[in-house]
Formats: sequence, structure tokens, C-alpha cells
Amino acid sequence: MNTENKASSGDVILDVRNLRTYFGTGEKAVKAVDDISFKMMRGKTLCIVGESGSGKSVTARSILQIVDPPGKIQGGEIWYYGKDPKGQNLAAIHERSAEIRSIRGHEISMIFQEPMTSLSPIHTIGNQICETILLHQNVDEAEARARAIELLRRVEIPNPQVAIDKYTFEYSGGMRQRAMIAMSLACNPKILIADEPTTALDVTTQAEILSLIKELQTSYGMAVLFITHDMGVVAEIADEIGVMQNGKMLEFGSAEQIFYEAQNPYTLQLIDSVRKLETSARAARGSRVTDKKLMEIRNVSKIYPARSGFMGRKNPPFKALDNVSLDVFEGENLGIVGESGSGKTTLGNCVIRVLSCSGGEVLFRMADGRIADLAKAGTHELRQVHREIRMVFQDPFASLNPRMTIGQIVGEPLLVAGTHTGEALRKRVEELLAMVGMPAGAMERYPHAFSGGQRQRIGIARALALNPRLIIADEATSALDVTLRSQVLDLLLDLQDTLNLSFILVSHDIGVIRYFCDRVAVMYKGQVVEHGPAEKICSNPDHPYTKALISAVPGTHPRDKRIVNRHRYDAAAEGIQLSGS
Amino acid sequence: MSAENKQATAAATPAAAPADAASPTVNMANLRGGIEYASQWQLMWARFKKHRVAFWSMWLVVILYVVAVFAEFLSPFNPEDPSSMTTYQPPQMVRFEGIKPYVKKFELTRDPDTLRAIYAETEERTYLNFFTEGFEYKMLGLIPTNIHLFGPADKSHKIYLLGSDSLGRDMLSRVIYGARFTLSMGLIGVVLSTFLGIILGGISGYYGGKIDWSIQRVVEFILSLPTIPIWLALASAMPRNWPPHLVYISVTVIISLIGWTHLARVVRGKFLAMRGEVFVIAAKLDGCSEGRVIFRHMLPSMASHVIAAVTLAIPSMILAETTLSFLGLGLQPPAISWGVLLKDAQKISVISNAPWLFMPGVATVLAVLAMNFFGDGLRDAADPYSH
Repeated sequence: MNTENKASSGDVILDVRNLRTYFGTGEKAVKAVDDISFKMMRGKTLCIVGESGSGKSVTARSILQIVDPPGKIQGGEIWYYGKDPKGQNLAAIHERSAEIRSIRGHEISMIFQEPMTSLSPIHTIGNQICETILLHQNVDEAEARARAIELLRRVEIPNPQVAIDKYTFEYSGGMRQRAMIAMSLACNPKILIADEPTTALDVTTQAEILSLIKELQTSYGMAVLFITHDMGVVAEIADEIGVMQNGKMLEFGSAEQIFYEAQNPYTLQLIDSVRKLETSARAARGSRVTDKKLMEIRNVSKIYPARSGFMGRKNPPFKALDNVSLDVFEGENLGIVGESGSGKTTLGNCVIRVLSCSGGEVLFRMADGRIADLAKAGTHELRQVHREIRMVFQDPFASLNPRMTIGQIVGEPLLVAGTHTGEALRKRVEELLAMVGMPAGAMERYPHAFSGGQRQRIGIARALALNPRLIIADEATSALDVTLRSQVLDLLLDLQDTLNLSFILVSHDIGVIRYFCDRVAVMYKGQVVEHGPAEKICSNPDHPYTKALISAVPGTHPRDKRIVNRHRYDAAAEGIQLSGS
Repeated sequence: MSAENKQATAAATPAAAPADAASPTVNMANLRGGIEYASQWQLMWARFKKHRVAFWSMWLVVILYVVAVFAEFLSPFNPEDPSSMTTYQPPQMVRFEGIKPYVKKFELTRDPDTLRAIYAETEERTYLNFFTEGFEYKMLGLIPTNIHLFGPADKSHKIYLLGSDSLGRDMLSRVIYGARFTLSMGLIGVVLSTFLGIILGGISGYYGGKIDWSIQRVVEFILSLPTIPIWLALASAMPRNWPPHLVYISVTVIISLIGWTHLARVVRGKFLAMRGEVFVIAAKLDGCSEGRVIFRHMLPSMASHVIAAVTLAIPSMILAETTLSFLGLGLQPPAISWGVLLKDAQKISVISNAPWLFMPGVATVLAVLAMNFFGDGLRDAADPYSH
């Protein structure tokens, strides 16, 4: 029993029937959207959720007829009831007609994932909002400006009278997305389409944007079509949910139905892979942390020196890392969590000496008992240490040389170290590929033959080649879809059980950290603000910043509405002095 | 887009890791068969072939160089053979009698007042034969022979398919011979400037810092020089009485001394971009030495870009040679290049009376266009891994 059947037809604002959008024609056509039907209610939020390539964005773009060529609506109807109670079929309107333009941005507006690319860098924010108002409404410029200021105030941009004359680059990521929302609200749209609006944002900013959208929706009475891949976000804001895969709508229903009574195995898998990250795999598996110190990070700093900027202006030195001290024990998984710009990736890179530290020491106990200081090691010593500390990179597409076969890539460290040659090398590479669940046949192929998840496995095989003792995984799962994310984490944990490994996992994703790590260090503006056992940090942190961070993480139960009740952190208000702010 | 990739990847790797839903990989959907085993060159070739204009231009370039190599065989007459009876004779059209090709003979009369030559077509036919005997030469400089691809059946007759010049020499043979000098100068000049460009650009990009700074300032200085006056100055420094081959070599050197700068910039830019690539960092962490990082990981990624840049540099070399020779400061007669030939077409009266003397110009345009299209196609195909 679906909710839309109960609703009277007057409540329906958008009715999509059998929509098909294909890229190309004939046999080779890619069916990005394949026979999809759904209804949107006035004042309600519909979330379309799916992994990359499922056709969710194309669905949203089809409604406004802004599908990139060669994509084209091949069939179906899109009935819009906002203007004319009898309805308009948007699919039948020509994509360049005045009729569709009067709807785009006016009746139905859209916000995108990357606010930087959808805002013009050479016009002030105010100009861009005013332009939208002047284009669609019959007002003069002073009136438009007044409305623009009002809109900026509505989206909670501080000091809107000043902020209106600023340029895009003067806004932070979250502010830009707010400005984008203000712009889309300029004409009081009846439907707001939000295409992954929070994916590029930090978790605390995401929480703010989500609650802003929710609040504006109630006050404006808009219907919201929210496109996302994140089940957590869905749980926070959805009234109704559509699950898409390969261009098909697998399941459609109310938030409660989908989260608690889902029928489709794929939906269940999506929900499970998110709920799984709310538990700790280390606790479940029984971690074998020893009390032998593997690595000591002592007062490590990374300072980018002052540079003279444009017109003799001095940019102050930037402290990316400020006196960071941490220990890693043998068999332990240490998580480093923080938002973008917190210095977590810099720390990972300094520890393995991809970047050199400005000060402090990184003491690593080698397999033969020697202590090496990575911060000062020479080329020869560094090469030896790099056999024991390996790295798994974030982007599985950039980290594999596209011009080498998988066999060459995985075998490279063995070949360079001179430990294996010829047939022995081949055997070892085969063994490594088997360890990460790749077939031996992959050896002769090039990276472009593999998907993101498979490439990440290959990257892991390369890291394992020389029997390392410590692996630094820098956002190793964040480029992957949710279902793959837990698979890769499980793979790493399986390998840890058999190969006696320790991990430093750098991530912005609390769920991943909670699932994977024994201990967590929380970073904020180059400093470790809190560290301790993962269980404690993720459920009951002490530091106010950590509290804010943890409470901003979307939950997986629609009834919780965690984000509405979240803890907010204001460094200035907390009276905490942090450098670089 | 990704739905297609998903199917393609899934089909390509049946035994692959369980339930690995593919995220969008490189769009290879239009390539056929075994692409997961395809190396970068195979991918480049597949992508290049889709660029139709570039593909045909490539064949035109190949044909032009074949013509340059087999110039003696392809030209019906010795390009130096004068004939006082047939100065400025217009081109003769090839006609067919059945399948037998022939040209109509021209008869020379003179204007009684101005003594200007007037050619009138007659009905007399000169038949053409293939593989006829003609002047003696050494094929590829090795095999002595006198066989030519085509020529008049009757050896006492002459034919001018592209007309004749002021001394009655066959323009077709001269254009074919000119291709040899002009095209080879482009190639050799580019080899020299590539050598300079890769070494200096590579040093500049890899080491950075002060070395980079000084090399870049030199490049900027050379680029700021007005090209033609510098060529003229350098060319006029050459002794007038040098033999043609020495002039040829020095003109090539002069042109490439200026031409390397653009290549150096391309190579430097690529090196700088490549230094920060994650897979290069990965190679360093794999324990690769500096040399191995450069030669095993960075250079192969740049090779295709460099080849494309080189191909695009050849036309400017050709134009440089043509310009210099046209101005009388490059190659000198009796050497034959397109620039030297065009020198004859400097006077307006010549062009109005004998417009076919402009044929070397047409050949230059054709060669330059073909190489530009070819180079463009290569450049677009150079990175088969981009989206």
C-alpha cells in the first residue's frame, strides 16, 4: 500500500510516468533511465537513492530537460501540476521553448553537487541572485537587491548586507551551497531539485545544509526532490524514498517502509552496508592489539612558510600540523578523523615522508628491532623503511599507472627490491592478487579494464607485496560506493588477521573509523583535539568539537532525526584558541 | 554512460572480485575486442582512427614522404633539363583513349610584336607509358637504373603535366624534387629541436628551482626575438659560396635553434604535472630510484604527448624553410626546394602569365595542412585514459 494512492490527486505536484532517457539510439543506446514512474507530493521530500551510474541524476535532469547530449528523453510523461491544475507534460515541451524556460528556475529550481562550478567566479553573489530575480520577476533593481539580501538572511548567511557584495571565492564551501540555495529560492519555486548538494561538504556543514533545506521546505511549502547516494542523509530528510539501480526504480515507498520493511535485496544491501558501519568490526573480531609500540609520532609539525602574495601582501605561514604526538601499537588500527583542512592527510603523508616534516620525529621500530626516525632518515634508510610501511591511496584511478599491466604494477616493489625475479615474481604476484580476491588472469590486463573497487584491491595487493608491517590508508574507501566500502574494509581486516598488520586509517567518515579502528585521533585545524578508544570517541566523546562532529553524522533510522538535535561547535564561543583560524 | 561501462567491465572480467559494482571507468565503450589487454599505443591507435580527418591526413603525410624518398623514380624528367623551345608552357591535361592515357601537344608561336610565347593546343597526341626509360639515377642512392614510373612513349617528346618554368624545365619533376628538400628539412629540423627541447625541458621540469628559472628565461628571450629578422641575420652570416648541402645543414640548424623552445615548454609542463601524479608518488614509495621513476614511470606517460607536439612542429619548420628560401636567404639554386621554386613566382607578371609556377605553394599548403590535422589527431589521442 503506497502513500501516493491514498493521497488525493490535488496533492500531487509532479507525476512521472514511464520516463525513459537514453544516451544514443538503437542497439548501443545506454538506458540511463529506463521506464521509471513516481509521484511527488506538495511540501514533501522525495529522496532518490542509488550508487554512481544508477541514473538518479539523469532522472532529475530529465524533469528540467537539461540532460547533456547525446542524452534524450525517449518516452514517457512528466506531468507538472504546479502552474496549471490540469497539468503540463514537461516531457512533451521542446527543450528550448519559452514554456520550459518559464518553468526552469522559476517553478522548479535545482541545486548541484559542486557549488563552485555552478556559481560564476567573476560576478558577486548578489549580482547572480539579482539576475535570477530580474529574469523571472517584474521588479526593479533596488527591489531585487532587497530581496536578495532577504534571501541570504533566510539561508543563514551572516551579515547579508555585506556578504551580498562578495565574490564566490570569498565564500567557504558551505556558504557557497547556501548562496546556491538562496539563488534557487529566488522565485519561490514549487519544487526544489537537489542533486547531491552535500556530497562535497564536510559532515558538520552537511548537517547544517540539510537542516536548512528541511526548514526552508516547511516555511516555503516546497516539494523537494533530493538525489543522493548516502542512505544516512536519506534517513534524515526523506518522506518518501525511491531506490534506483541501473536505470530502474527498484523500490518506492515511504521512508518508514523502505527502512524497516524493504523487500528488494539491493535496498536491503544498501541499508545493511550503512548500518554495518554503525558497529565495530574490531570488537566483533576480537582485536589482537599488543602493547609493543610500532611507531611513535613525537611533536610533528608541518609549516608552510610565509609567502609574499599579490601586490606585496604577506600571507602568514600556515601550520598544517601543529605539534602532533601519537603512538601506534603493533596489531592496532589507528584512525585519524577530521574535516577537510584539518591536516589528517598531511599527517599521513608526513608519517611516510611523502612530505617532509618541519619539526618533530617519527620513530618506527623496524622488524629487526632498530628504531628509524623517518623525519630525518636518508635515502637509503628511507627505502628500507618503505618496505615495512606502505600506503594505499584514495583515488584508485590516479594511483595505478595506466601504462603498466596489473602484473607490472603489483610486481614493481618486488622487482625494485630485487627479492623476486622471473617465474618467482610471477608466482608472488599471482599469490598477492589471490589474497585480495582478484583472478590471476588480471595480471596481463591494464588498469582501465577494472572498476574502482577492483582497482583499489590492486592497490592493496601492491601495498602487501613486500610483507609490510604498517599500512597507511589515506581515505582508501571514500572514492567507493557504499556497498563496496564495507567489502574493502572487510578485506583489509581479513588480511590483518593473517598477515600481522597494523593500520593507520585516515578518513573523514566516522562510520568507517568506527567499524575499522581500535583507537581514534580527532584532528581539527592541525591539532589532535582528542584521542582514545574508538568506541568511546564515537559514542561518548569529551571534546566539544568531537561531540559536534559525531552528532552531525546522519543516522540510519528515519525516526531519529539526529541532525535536527545535533550538537553545534563554535570554536570562538568555546573559548578555545587554535592556531590558523 | 556508466551503465554501459558497467556491462562492459562485467563482461570483461567474469571471474573478477565478487559483486564489485563498477563505478564509471574510462569510456572505452566504443572500442572493440580485448581492450582490457590493450596497451597505451593500441588504445591511442583505436582513438586516433576515429578522428577521420586526422586518419586520412596521416596517409597523405605518408604519401608525401614516399614521394620525397622516391623522387627520381616518380619524376618523368630531370628537373634540371632545360628546353628553350618550351619556356612557360601551360600544363597539359591527361586524356584517355580507351584506357590509354595521352596528352595533346602544344604548338609554340610568338606574338610578332612582343615576342611573347603563345601556346596553342593541337590535335597531335603524345601517349604516356608506365615504367618508361628516362634519365639515369640511383634508386635510394644505391641501385643504378633509368626506369621511371611514367613518361612519354616516344622519348623525343616532352610532356608538362604541371607546365614548365622560365627555362622550360618540368614543374612536376621540380615539385617532386622540392618535396625531398623541404620535407626532410622539416623532419631533421624537428629531430634536432626535439633533442634540445626534451633535454632542456626535462631538466627544467624535473629539477625545478634555479635551473628551471634560468632555462625558462632563455626560452622567453628566444621566443621574444622577432623570428624573420633573426633568421635573416643568421642566414646572411653564411658564406655565399658554400655548397648546397652545407647551406642545407646550416639552414636546418638555424631553424631548429629557434624551434626547440615550444617543445621545451611542453616537456617541462608535462614533467611538472607528472611529478605530483599519485602513481609517481606510489612508484617512489615502491622504492624506485630516481632514474627508474623518470624512465619507467614518467617518460612513457609523456611519450605520446611529445610525439604529438613534434608532429605539430614539423609544419612550422616547413613554413620556415619555405619562407627563408623564398626570401632568397635559405637554399640557393641549383638546390630545389619548394621555397626556392616559389622564388620564381615572386613577380606579379610571372604569376599572371604562368600561374602554374604557384604549384609548389599548393604543395606546401597541402603538406602543412595534412601535418597539422595529423598532429591534432595525435594530440587528441595522446592521452587515451582521459575521460
